[in-house]
Amino acid sequence: MKKTWLWAILPLIALLASIGIFLSTDPLSPLGVSAPPLENLTVERTVLSDRGISLLVRAEGSEPMQIAQVQVDGSYWTFTQKPPGAIPRLSTVWLDIPYPWVENETHHLNFVTSTGISFEHTIDVAVATPQFSFSRLWGFTLLGLYVGVVPVGLGMLFYPSLKTLGGEGMKFILALTLGMLAFLLVDTIEEGLELARGAANAFSGSILVWAIAAISFLTILTLGRSRGKAPEGQSLSIYLSFSIGIHNLGEGLAIGTAFAVGEAALGSLLVVGFTLHNLTEGIGIAAPLVKSKPSLITFVGLTALAGLPAVLGTWIGVFAFSPHWGAIFMGIGAGAILQVIVEVGSYLARTASKIGDTWLSKVSLAGFSAGLIIMYGTALLVTF
Amino acid sequence: MRFDVSRRSLLGMGLLGGGSIFGKFLPREALAQKPKERNNHFTSSAVHGGSTTVGDVDNERNGFSPRDILTDWDGGKVSQLPNGQTLREYDIAVEEREIEIAPGVVYPAWTYNGRVPGSTIRVTEGDRVKINFRNRSRHPHTIHFHGIHSARQDGVPGTLEAMPGEEVVYDFDAKPFGCHLYHCHSAPFKRHLHKGLYGAFIVDPDPKRYPEDEAAARSRLLGTPENQEWQEFLMVMNAFDTNFDEENEFYAVNTIPHEFMKRPLRIERDRPVRVYLINVTEFDPINSFHLHGNFFDYYDSGTTLTPSLRTIDTVMQCQGQRGILEFSFQEHAPGQYMFHAHQSEFLELGWMSAFEVVA
Repeated sequence: MKKTWLWAILPLIALLASIGIFLSTDPLSPLGVSAPPLENLTVERTVLSDRGISLLVRAEGSEPMQIAQVQVDGSYWTFTQKPPGAIPRLSTVWLDIPYPWVENETHHLNFVTSTGISFEHTIDVAVATPQFSFSRLWGFTLLGLYVGVVPVGLGMLFYPSLKTLGGEGMKFILALTLGMLAFLLVDTIEEGLELARGAANAFSGSILVWAIAAISFLTILTLGRSRGKAPEGQSLSIYLSFSIGIHNLGEGLAIGTAFAVGEAALGSLLVVGFTLHNLTEGIGIAAPLVKSKPSLITFVGLTALAGLPAVLGTWIGVFAFSPHWGAIFMGIGAGAILQVIVEVGSYLARTASKIGDTWLSKVSLAGFSAGLIIMYGTALLVTF
Repeated sequence: MRFDVSRRSLLGMGLLGGGSIFGKFLPREALAQKPKERNNHFTSSAVHGGSTTVGDVDNERNGFSPRDILTDWDGGKVSQLPNGQTLREYDIAVEEREIEIAPGVVYPAWTYNGRVPGSTIRVTEGDRVKINFRNRSRHPHTIHFHGIHSARQDGVPGTLEAMPGEEVVYDFDAKPFGCHLYHCHSAPFKRHLHKGLYGAFIVDPDPKRYPEDEAAARSRLLGTPENQEWQEFLMVMNAFDTNFDEENEFYAVNTIPHEFMKRPLRIERDRPVRVYLINVTEFDPINSFHLHGNFFDYYDSGTTLTPSLRTIDTVMQCQGQRGILEFSFQEHAPGQYMFHAHQSEFLELGWMSAFEVVA
């Protein structure tokens, strides 16, 4: 009985031994496995400057792989690799190619490895990658403030009028918040999966998004209920701010990246649409506070928590960013949003029961639908 | 072309577009893609503005060098037959081996005598040619000579095709004179060719047979004093499809891309130049040769002693076509004169070279 611990150790020892035997005896040799190594390459970052094209490339070979030659637009081009040599599995290198790229045009790259396999990469629209400078950093900071802080802050200005609402009105606003959150959940997962597609295959990006979403959902839910009851009031607002903050971090990332790679056209209409689109977030965060008397500091803090990550996201997106990290953040964001959906939902149910009603009613249906419709409708302004 | 524009990225763009609304808060030029002075953007690096492969091929490991192949004429083992005819005997074996066909890129080639292109068989019109052909590979192979010969000597599937481990003998008279080639004709044809089974078969004219053009014939015949005046080069235009997508990744003369661009081919200004040019490029129907700053006379298939095209600077050849180019830099200033395919695609993928003309 006292030696049962051995049975926790023995299987591990047996596992190590069997792997050791497998590797040392090469039992696959009778199968005639002598295929060339599997190779794959993912370009994670593209930097265009007056020195040419620089690429952060991640290798995914079954063995260390060697980039032998680089073609740009069907022409072999001189390049340097840092660090030089064969690239171990999942390691990255920088390739510097002094190629005279043409502003606003498309360039096709092709990497030929030592085995003769080639991997393509396309730069859709070539624009100079923003280089770090304090004025530029300040510019992106302001951009992030407009993405995150301003709409949330404006939404919070509805707080005094929310206080005047009765039970039915409160139900409507909470259901509206739920509709908004449902929209954000789908949107965040989609964004995460899209980022995952750009990440190295070995990271299994889409599974990463779902798994991290599940873990982050359960973790935050557990934390929120560690005092034995569901969060309400100010603490519910904090959770709302946190989840919306991560969502806005993703928004900042996307904006920063789009900026860095020169995607998309500009239009004043989009700014207006964006402000309308994210205004709802502020209303949602303020809604659980109506029963308490929060200080101004609380509002400022909540706004910062929800909005400032957009600034951070913009910085990261512009200056340093690999898609798998983006996918991980989106996974965390999706889990956090799901947690507040659950908590706002249960708060809605409790609010409803106080006025002798259930969570499902015409008012809550109307609120939920209104939330979705507002988000969808304002997205119409900004989706092409 | 696919533009991957997410909603959020457009949102971000939209914010910027709203310069009229909040642009006043932004520092000037903070977000603008400021067009900088591109001082070093277009600086030339050592080789052709940077448009080149990087590094060098290890010729020693390959066991052959593209430069040696230029002038590596193989007369075979020479003896006299009882009837007075010259017999030239060759041993040619097919070997499968990995070749570094471009710096750092290894290709699983099929070779005649371990090199691509195979040995340059150079004989005189009327010689008896005997080839002892051994197949040391895992697929059937032949040698199909371009020349006038009997169907029994043709080297196609079913006729003098050597199965793995087998040996066959080709035996025929060399004719007509000209610049020819030999290659494997086993099926599947395309694969056997582009894997590297080809080589030059040059038949020099017998001056005695051409009293009217004897001087021209003597200048063609390897080893005569007239011939030694010339600087002769073999250039086999070939290409490699390293990822087997039926498109070539690398183009060259004599296998190695950019070799004669990185280290131009030195020629003496005062001696005429003769190039035996053969196109064995697969997948692309034609290849071409363009000479800078000069024009040449061209003898299609090399089967005439008067040019078939005079004073041209570009000639194109379809797959399997070949010919002889003759030109002189006697009137020229010394310096580098490029020669390359005039298909820009091939040029940029390796078939780019230069002569270094020295006084």
